[in-house]
Amino acid sequence: MTAAFSLNDVTLGYDRHPAVHHLTGRFATGSLTAVVGPNGSGKSTLLKGLIGLLAPLDGRVERNGLRQGDIAYLPQQAEIDRSFPISVIETVLLGHWRTMGLFRPVTRAQRRQAEDALVAVGLDGFGRRPIASLSAGQFQRVLFARMLLQNCPVILLDEPFTAIDARTTADLLRVVVGWHGEGRTIIAVLHDLDQVRENFPDTLLIAREPIAWGTTTEVLRADHLSQARQMAEAWDDRAEICRRGIA
Amino acid sequence: MDLYAALIQPFIEFGFMRRALVACLALSIGCGPVGILLVLRRMSLVGDALSHAVLPGAAIGFMIAGLSLVVMSFGGFIAGLIVAVLSGLVARVTPQREDASFAAFYLISLALGVLIVSTHGSNVDLMHVLFGTILAVDDASLLLIVSIATLTLFILAVIGRGLIVECFDPGFLRAVGGPGAAVHFVFLMLVVMNLVAGFHALGTLMAVGLMMLPAAAARFWASDVATLAATSTAIAFASAYAGLLLSYHVNLPSGPAIILVAGGVYIVSVAAGPRGSLWARFLPRRHLEA
Repeated sequence: MTAAFSLNDVTLGYDRHPAVHHLTGRFATGSLTAVVGPNGSGKSTLLKGLIGLLAPLDGRVERNGLRQGDIAYLPQQAEIDRSFPISVIETVLLGHWRTMGLFRPVTRAQRRQAEDALVAVGLDGFGRRPIASLSAGQFQRVLFARMLLQNCPVILLDEPFTAIDARTTADLLRVVVGWHGEGRTIIAVLHDLDQVRENFPDTLLIAREPIAWGTTTEVLRADHLSQARQMAEAWDDRAEICRRGIA
Repeated sequence: MDLYAALIQPFIEFGFMRRALVACLALSIGCGPVGILLVLRRMSLVGDALSHAVLPGAAIGFMIAGLSLVVMSFGGFIAGLIVAVLSGLVARVTPQREDASFAAFYLISLALGVLIVSTHGSNVDLMHVLFGTILAVDDASLLLIVSIATLTLFILAVIGRGLIVECFDPGFLRAVGGPGAAVHFVFLMLVVMNLVAGFHALGTLMAVGLMMLPAAAARFWASDVATLAATSTAIAFASAYAGLLLSYHVNLPSGPAIILVAGGVYIVSVAAGPRGSLWARFLPRRHLEA
């Protein structure tokens, strides 16, 4: 089976301090993987490394032919200015960036697709509303609609359901499961383990270092989870230089 | 004095008033949308910083060629661009944020400019550079101002979408591999260009006034980017027209008169504009059903 991403002894971090230490493995094409672990365990850092916003301190991330435009990425706290005077439909239309880019006009078909995407995320009739008037849950639905238009084979979601109400979460989870059904590769950072057990066939459990990676039932075992809870927060400027992988 | 004599006759009678009015119209067309984008990008004070940053370039131009507008403009443009690029570079390469790096570089630039002007020119020249001379705009500068406005509209039309996305969701633009840094740089170039245009008319100190005051006022009247830009341009031109008349009839310096009228429009907008003003806040209307 092909892999969307292959990681070969990857260390990711900031300012020489590792956040994810020596991770090796692969995200199979068409897989639906949850990335779980305590706060500060390097989950968001891993996604940034996958999409290429952060270069690895060590090791290699192979994207196996994926170009940047093939990966849709929903950051944890999008740097979106939600007071910006832009309408819902205009925001969703940006999902067509790959085809329209900086210059090409929006076609009628693209506009129709944007309206369909709004219907799909339960925001029928919201097109003309300014984004400033939306609740957090409604806004997350808008971002999902935009990802629907991006139509990418690989989708990375960083805590997509944090601070989102139960109904919106259920609706958007259906969208995610639908994407999986279409053969897309999805990697989502999540906290709700019951949600992971119910919907995600594969799981990667990390706590700065990989604890377990495989099928969800295998990974989310009590001993693995207790091991992850032991994770030590560490940021030591006098730490030794890591020799692993050099020998 | 009848209305005709008050509002129209000065422009019929005097060529310098007509020129000033045309210069102000061109400035308003360029500065309106640029100012709105600065406000939306929360860079209102960057305009101010850049307007001071053009001073040493203009001063060096003055040293080389005397009061030649073309040379001074070119120098000002280069100096503004250097400050914009260095500030942007420091902000992108180091953890320092852009507001701090802009403050640092514009202060260096301003001090350098004042130093050059005061060692190589008279105080009258300094006054000229600082305060501009809208009533003495000649053909060459009028042509320059109009060209800058035209070029600004053209560039905005070309990169408008990128500018809006870069401003509203920079992370998305980065993730889809869009040209974020390039768009940001072209935008800073537009700001400098329009400040150089304004600097002939209003001087380095007040050039930014016609850019920022109408833009800040427009946010109380309109709610989407295109309408905001048009409103800002309209307010800028109306302020310029009223300011010129005020300066003519009451014998006030024209630059400050124009900017003060724009300031008045801003205060009225804060108090009584239909969107988010004090009036809208404290005298709420009946709410809708849904």
